[in-house]
Amino acid sequence: MVEIRVHGRGGQGSVVTAELLAIAAFRAGKFSQAFPYLGGGGERRGAPVQAFCRIDNKPIQLKCQIKQPDYLIVQDVSLFDVVDIFQGLKKGGFVLVNSANGPRELGIQAQDFRVYNFPATEVALETLKRPVMNTAMIGAFAALTGMFDLESLKYAVGRKFPGEIGLSNVAAMEKAFRLAKGSSSGGSVTGEA
Amino acid sequence: MNPEAIKSKEIMQGSAAIAETIKAIAPGVIAVYPITPQTHILEHLARLVADGQLKSKYITVESEFSAASVIFGAASAGVRSYTASASQGLLLMTEVIFNMAGTRLPAVITAVNRSLSPPINIQVDHQDTMTLRDSGIIQIYVESIQEAVDTHIQIFKIAEDREVLLPAMVCMDGWILSHAYEPVTLWRDEAVQEFLPPFDPVFQVDPKNPLTYGALTDDDKITEFKYMVHDALIRSKEKIKKVAGEFRDAFGNYYGDVIEKTYTEDAELILIAMGSMAGTIKAALEKLRAQGKRVGLIKIRSFRPFPDQELRTALAGAKAAVVLDRSFSCSSGGILGGEIKACLYGQGGPQVINYALGIGGREIYPETVLEIVNQSERLVESGKIPPETIFYNLNRELL
Repeated sequence: MVEIRVHGRGGQGSVVTAELLAIAAFRAGKFSQAFPYLGGGGERRGAPVQAFCRIDNKPIQLKCQIKQPDYLIVQDVSLFDVVDIFQGLKKGGFVLVNSANGPRELGIQAQDFRVYNFPATEVALETLKRPVMNTAMIGAFAALTGMFDLESLKYAVGRKFPGEIGLSNVAAMEKAFRLAKGSSSGGSVTGEA
Repeated sequence: MNPEAIKSKEIMQGSAAIAETIKAIAPGVIAVYPITPQTHILEHLARLVADGQLKSKYITVESEFSAASVIFGAASAGVRSYTASASQGLLLMTEVIFNMAGTRLPAVITAVNRSLSPPINIQVDHQDTMTLRDSGIIQIYVESIQEAVDTHIQIFKIAEDREVLLPAMVCMDGWILSHAYEPVTLWRDEAVQEFLPPFDPVFQVDPKNPLTYGALTDDDKITEFKYMVHDALIRSKEKIKKVAGEFRDAFGNYYGDVIEKTYTEDAELILIAMGSMAGTIKAALEKLRAQGKRVGLIKIRSFRPFPDQELRTALAGAKAAVVLDRSFSCSSGGILGGEIKACLYGQGGPQVINYALGIGGREIYPETVLEIVNQSERLVESGKIPPETIFYNLNRELL
């Protein structure tokens, strides 16, 4: 089983990120589950939000949050000051941070996990004209992990957002996927052990 | 699964799956008032009504008291009716729920379990629905979104049965079921309607044929009226079992009848739980069984009617029952724990250990289950099982 935890702030589409990953995994023939944790009274813009996604080859029985994720998606670097983002992250785990700055500039100590950064907000502003970075983050995450095929992800975005919004989000996701896939072609992706 | 009954197999949010199922059930009246974490169900139903896919009378009201009153009124007119609520909203419905049960009018409420205020908290526990336990309403708790879907179809049939005629409630945990995405099979409207015939009321209010519901009754008859609600709820147990079997025959899914047993046959220690935590417990049981530990689980589906005889039989061979309560009655302790102790008293069954946990969304992980099993084994060995409820991981520094 693969466990992914998403950290963001209310309004950044973190809950939707986990949902889209679950939809794409199911589309690709896996079993999956996604759900949110809206702490501190919940549904407020700007408040720290967590969302969870499990993917497995068999039906998933667990009905609890993810304490020891394999993967972390961090949509907003300001959360590093208020939330223990890395809590429980497995050894050899994978972290994707939405930032143009690399792990060292972000002050992340080299530890027993891999940290990548990707400027998803910039991609979102170019493509969607709005700072909603979740679909760009998903594109980069898919490219860097190889866990998702683009067709399943496009299906997920289209199902969740029919029409124009869906198409522009697919464009953001594809652009991020391309940039992250070959960092030489312009994406600022930094890997660090 | 019966392939001919399947409409779709898709990953979807619990609330959307419930709304789509209510569409197939097609109540005549749906009363709506929003409250987190239930609102997505009624939003989705609003869309179905606006799109012309659902012909129900969709009535927006100004409070949960009115929402319950609207379905009460609709049921008295012989109309299948439905609403959903959570937390304080369910408490506000309480007065009407006693009235519906007392006047023997069936209507269905989806209860999306959420903690009660104060302090305000939007996460899951079972205090809201457990507080309604004495009303006469049927309560079935579910573990997964699929079980929630299937139980909604079953519960209308149970509630509307002429030998039952009681309001009924499907209790599904907030967030972890209402807001979660899981793979769900939805059933074709025709298959649902074939399983669930139209509501055929015994009485209905009619200006041409006046009758009174809930007339004043003195002490010469009131005990008998109240007893009949008690008796109808007890008799609904056989109906729940029968309908669960019919559902298995028609659709292929089965979750036990009033209880569901996992690894109980040879178990020395049997955990007893309700709702979504049963899934996490099942995952933990796999680890415990791999270690050779004889631990099992009874998931209570039907809390009302209470499965007393079924529990006595299922627990007969166990050394200890460990009851995990997601609610408690102040000064008395875990509600389920207390009821299970009462049903076992003097019957020579196992000892009972009672934990209160998972209050206001405090997470129940597989590790939580493993630790509780370890603690319980030590308590059984020491012979010092406390008679009172143990509040799991209570942080005494905050008291």
